[in-house]
Amino acid sequence: MKKITKYVLIDILRNRFMLAYTVVLSGISFSLFILEDSSGKALLGLMNVVLFIIPLVSLVFSTTYLYNAAEFIELMLSQPVRRKVLLNRIFSGLALSFVIATATGIGLPVLIYGATMQGLYLLLSAILLSVIFSALALLASVITRDKARGIGMALLLWVYFAFVFDGLVLLILFQFADYPLEGAMIAMTMLNPVDLVRIFMLLQVDLSAMMGITGAVFQKYFGSITGQVISLSVMVLWMLIPLVIAVKKFNKRDL
Amino acid sequence: MIRILQIILFFCFYVDLFAGTITAGTKQCPRIADAIALAKKGDTVLVSGGTYKESPIIVDKSIVLLGRQMPVLDGLKKHEIMIVTENDVTIEGFHFRNSGFSGYEDVAGLRLKQVRNVVVRYNHFTNTYFGVYGQHISNCHVLNNTFYSTAKDETLSGNGIHCWKSDSLLIKGNKVSGHRDGIYFEFVTKSHIEGNMSTGNVRYGLHFMFSNDDTYIGNSFVDNGAGVAVMYSKRVTMLRNRFLQNRGEASYGILLKDIADSYADGNFFEDNTVGIFMEGSSRIKFTQNQFTANGWAIRMQASCDDITMLRNNFKRNSFDIATNGSLVLNNIDHNYWDKYEGYDLNKDGLGDVPYRPTSLFSMISERNEAAMLLFRSAIVSIIDKAEKVLPGLTPEALKDNKPSMKPFNLK
Repeated sequence: MKKITKYVLIDILRNRFMLAYTVVLSGISFSLFILEDSSGKALLGLMNVVLFIIPLVSLVFSTTYLYNAAEFIELMLSQPVRRKVLLNRIFSGLALSFVIATATGIGLPVLIYGATMQGLYLLLSAILLSVIFSALALLASVITRDKARGIGMALLLWVYFAFVFDGLVLLILFQFADYPLEGAMIAMTMLNPVDLVRIFMLLQVDLSAMMGITGAVFQKYFGSITGQVISLSVMVLWMLIPLVIAVKKFNKRDL
Repeated sequence: MIRILQIILFFCFYVDLFAGTITAGTKQCPRIADAIALAKKGDTVLVSGGTYKESPIIVDKSIVLLGRQMPVLDGLKKHEIMIVTENDVTIEGFHFRNSGFSGYEDVAGLRLKQVRNVVVRYNHFTNTYFGVYGQHISNCHVLNNTFYSTAKDETLSGNGIHCWKSDSLLIKGNKVSGHRDGIYFEFVTKSHIEGNMSTGNVRYGLHFMFSNDDTYIGNSFVDNGAGVAVMYSKRVTMLRNRFLQNRGEASYGILLKDIADSYADGNFFEDNTVGIFMEGSSRIKFTQNQFTANGWAIRMQASCDDITMLRNNFKRNSFDIATNGSLVLNNIDHNYWDKYEGYDLNKDGLGDVPYRPTSLFSMISERNEAAMLLFRSAIVSIIDKAEKVLPGLTPEALKDNKPSMKPFNLK
């Protein structure tokens, strides 16, 4: 069964788009590290790339790829392969190709110029985000059969996680400004993997400012081992839950 | 018995007669107090190595008290260790240890009481409640001493160097850690504080109030609970000091409250939650200071007026300047800001559009701290950009009209 993963992986890696993506990522990263006078500032710039570009590309590319592979999927299902296994394999191939692209595109410059704790955190976050958003793309493509709607849904998801969610949080913050919201805020960030990554990086880059907040709650939580383990598990859940739902839907779907 | 005492006294005097020097800690003269009792004005009392548990030692003559091989003066956690009550005394080379601790009175390692021209140098103070405690002293020098204590909280700890109602002091080359305040002045004037290192104190690295005309040069204040706080003073000069890693919710590189007519040049602020916090201060000039990687480089409350900032570098701070109102009576022209995105068409090294160091988000997080969790998110960048184009909430007048394009070369 590993063959399917291998096939998908090779198919994507041969794709020109993936190659271009890797080159662009590494181009941005290298130029940031070379142009900025300190690696701290370069990491900040790179953080924006990780927070916005990586989710967008993962979502759009994955949905497109899955729709284009519809015939391949149908063909495979005529073979003695279980649907669950098939979808899992295809997802593994997809995710693996993104891991390779991100690890080369961002990992190489980070390891060369900014191999600090912050840099490694950023690299790990980039890889996790790629995988999470390909899982979400998988879900989107399983839910609708129409390619345009599927890609539209993926884009909406991106807008939601990158912009709308934070706007809602800001709104809630000001509506309930009279209440101690720190605990609730921590819970809310769990609902958005992009935010989780951003706050993690914030605590690396803007530690001085974060320590200034009353009781330094965020620093205490996200800085502690338990907090980090919980955050990491939440990220993994963000990967698994869309995948499980997608598999369930796919199992019941009438092809 | 009297005869034995006479012999002892004879030996002590014997030494004195020939050299003007009395040695304590010998068989003839085991106690320091004996030696002081025998000494005359201008004599030197040599103290041999060993542990002396005879506190409090009262120095009531103008003598030089010299420790050889760091004799330990132990207060047994009960007493004040040494009290100087006469002018022109030098204390050198002692290890003051375990003074009493009290929430009721200020027990000191070494107390200087209404004296002039006293020199305290090359001593160690470990686990003293207050290290050196000066009251009504004048023209005294505290040089190259080390103060180490293990203070846990503010209420049960004393200050390293504590001076009260004094003038013309020289405090130089001391290292203070683990006290409440590293260096504390109240009503201390015309003094010179240079090259001291104050680290890991529970409250402030340096704390002074009502202390006018003082000069601080080349001191380091690192990782103190609340940084440095200076209040209600005039004509303070601060040159080339370093304020590092003072982080916490109420921690400042330096807190200036009601300071007037002062001058700060060449100071270095790095990794502090707030580099400088200013409140009710007037006529202060900041030149050639470096602000690097602070949470807020400067928090300038609207109650400040006539503050001038010139040729300072602002690099990698989360926020450059935050304020709490719209009134701005200060001038921040001609600094370098690494967040400046303007251009310089006529190539004169100055940006052609003003730089606004206060972002909308810093005003928002001032009002609602939990909003900090949204820092550097897309929505925040968007509202910040919008605000930069059309300032609505941030103070209009708080801007650098001539931002430098390149960082100033500061040492």
